Amino acid sequence: MHVIPRRLLAGFATLLLLLAGWPLHAQLRIEIVGGVARPVPIAIVPFGWQGSGPAPFDVAGLIARDLAGSGRFAPLADRDLVQRPTSGTGVDFRDWKMLGVEAVAVGQLLETAPGDFTIQFELFDVLRGQRLLGYRLPAPAAELRLGAHRAADMIYEKLTGVPGIFSTRIAYVTATHKGGKPDVFRLVIADADGANERIMVESPEPIMSPAWSPDGRKLAYVSFENRVAEVYVQTLRTGTREKISSRAGVNGSPAWSPDGRMLALTLSRGEGNLDIFTLDLASQMLTRLTDQRSIETEAAWSPDGRSIFFTSDRAGGPQIYRMPADGGGAQRVTFEGNYNARPRVSPDGKRLAMVTNDRGNYRIAVFDLERGFTQVLTDGRQDESPSFAPNGETLIYATREGGRGVLATVSVDGRVRQRIPALEGDVREPAWSPFRVN
Amino acid sequence: MSVKNVLLVLMMVVLAGCASKGTKEQDDLGYGTQSGPAAGAQSGGVSQGSVGAGSAFDDSAAAGPRASARNRTVYFDFDSDNIKAEYREIVAGHGRYLAANPGVKVRLEGNTDERGSREYNIGLGERRAQAVKQALLLQGAAASQLTTVSYGEERPAATGSDEESWALNRRVEIVYVP
Repeated sequence: MHVIPRRLLAGFATLLLLLAGWPLHAQLRIEIVGGVARPVPIAIVPFGWQGSGPAPFDVAGLIARDLAGSGRFAPLADRDLVQRPTSGTGVDFRDWKMLGVEAVAVGQLLETAPGDFTIQFELFDVLRGQRLLGYRLPAPAAELRLGAHRAADMIYEKLTGVPGIFSTRIAYVTATHKGGKPDVFRLVIADADGANERIMVESPEPIMSPAWSPDGRKLAYVSFENRVAEVYVQTLRTGTREKISSRAGVNGSPAWSPDGRMLALTLSRGEGNLDIFTLDLASQMLTRLTDQRSIETEAAWSPDGRSIFFTSDRAGGPQIYRMPADGGGAQRVTFEGNYNARPRVSPDGKRLAMVTNDRGNYRIAVFDLERGFTQVLTDGRQDESPSFAPNGETLIYATREGGRGVLATVSVDGRVRQRIPALEGDVREPAWSPFRVN
Repeated sequence: MSVKNVLLVLMMVVLAGCASKGTKEQDDLGYGTQSGPAAGAQSGGVSQGSVGAGSAFDDSAAAGPRASARNRTVYFDFDSDNIKAEYREIVAGHGRYLAANPGVKVRLEGNTDERGSREYNIGLGERRAQAVKQALLLQGAAASQLTTVSYGEERPAATGSDEESWALNRRVEIVYVP
């Protein structure tokens, strides 16, 4: 637990809430509901253990779960492992080849000092008989899970050419409506696999629109804790936070510029009409980017920081537009269908994820900015809030199942889908973190 | 659905029974036919009366801090911020009350149903709150008596994913601030 500076607490006497992350017990679990036609067979051999007492963590088990969860790999079941080497010298490629396994990972967990460990692992290409990777990751006891996710990231990248996202995190909002009891809204952070949940803010009033800073150290979000919409920025490590915008009327939809210096915001300035502004965080200079009588909101920056995509209903229904980030005329981007909203730009800047109305259902679609076509990826009725994984391969989004909100992921080609149902409350507005900074 | 929500639905059924002309509205975006609270009256089998809503209210009881929740809530059609005829007298009553009591303040809380994206719905809820604000100003309320907040879809009155719940959620609540 971290200490909250008193000056920050002073203003929030009646409130609720905050802070630096207390654990929430196992709310999420992952179910794979779809996959690629033929995931690649691999073997993740249980790691050896050198240390006192029983092994503190099943590193290979988590690596196997991560890789299986991507939908691209099919790790062998434990009973099918024909050999159990813990280092490269014990790997006999002929046995693995007969099982059709294309890659084998072996390794050991070493206790280097009380409470300190090293995850040592190697990866082999079975067909070529080649060592692809050998690595040692130091990790204190509390970070063994993260260390195993990092090992899975490295294996995934070596085998696919794309950086893994198993060590990234997600932020999301939960709401619990219980008859007779006050609502509880929470801003939660968890590992990308749903484990390790930490409550960042808890409030009886709505919390919305979490947005990661580009360095992954802060979250911007909207809180109604003072019965008005206000934008806060909270530092994850310490839990301290700052009120960034509490102007008259709507303060919403925060979006960080790629350099982390500015926030795009939606403000109504008490006039009842939403427009997009940028706020320079250092100078506090506010710049108006749109000035329309229609709704302008849901800003998203292009990765080069030059453009802002946003939702506007200036032509009737909501559609996505693009404008220069320093102001100027906007161009309409989407024309297909009567509802396209809440854009998010892919890390390579070539695609938008958005919410589209697909024959009466709200679904997640990807819009190809170069070729100008839309592909609907999901089949729910109320799918919303898509967010790109930092490697651009997967989207996390909110959907409904059994009358409540749950999270799900879908690969950008629509072929691999997973449900991440929560055990309690409505889960919504997932935001995928950037890659972790060391 | 909680007991409170059931009561709210029942109240809406009665209210809609008084006010409905028995028509369904076509929304202007062409998503298909959407129905307002009037649909609750139809499915509930309440007779289709056409009594003018205005006659049902007495300002002293219908407006002001002691007004019932029913008399402090304005319901809207899908994607619309138009105050429907059956709610104009409710709003006007509050406007007259505020004009006569300049020390009293209200917060206008705009809400939407759950469909569509959340921040865009904040915009729709704000439009509804502004529509009620303009109507109150027309009756002589002062701008300094009125604040607006849009909760978008974040504060549903009914939690179902059906027409009935959506109709109850597309609303502005007129909240007297102590």
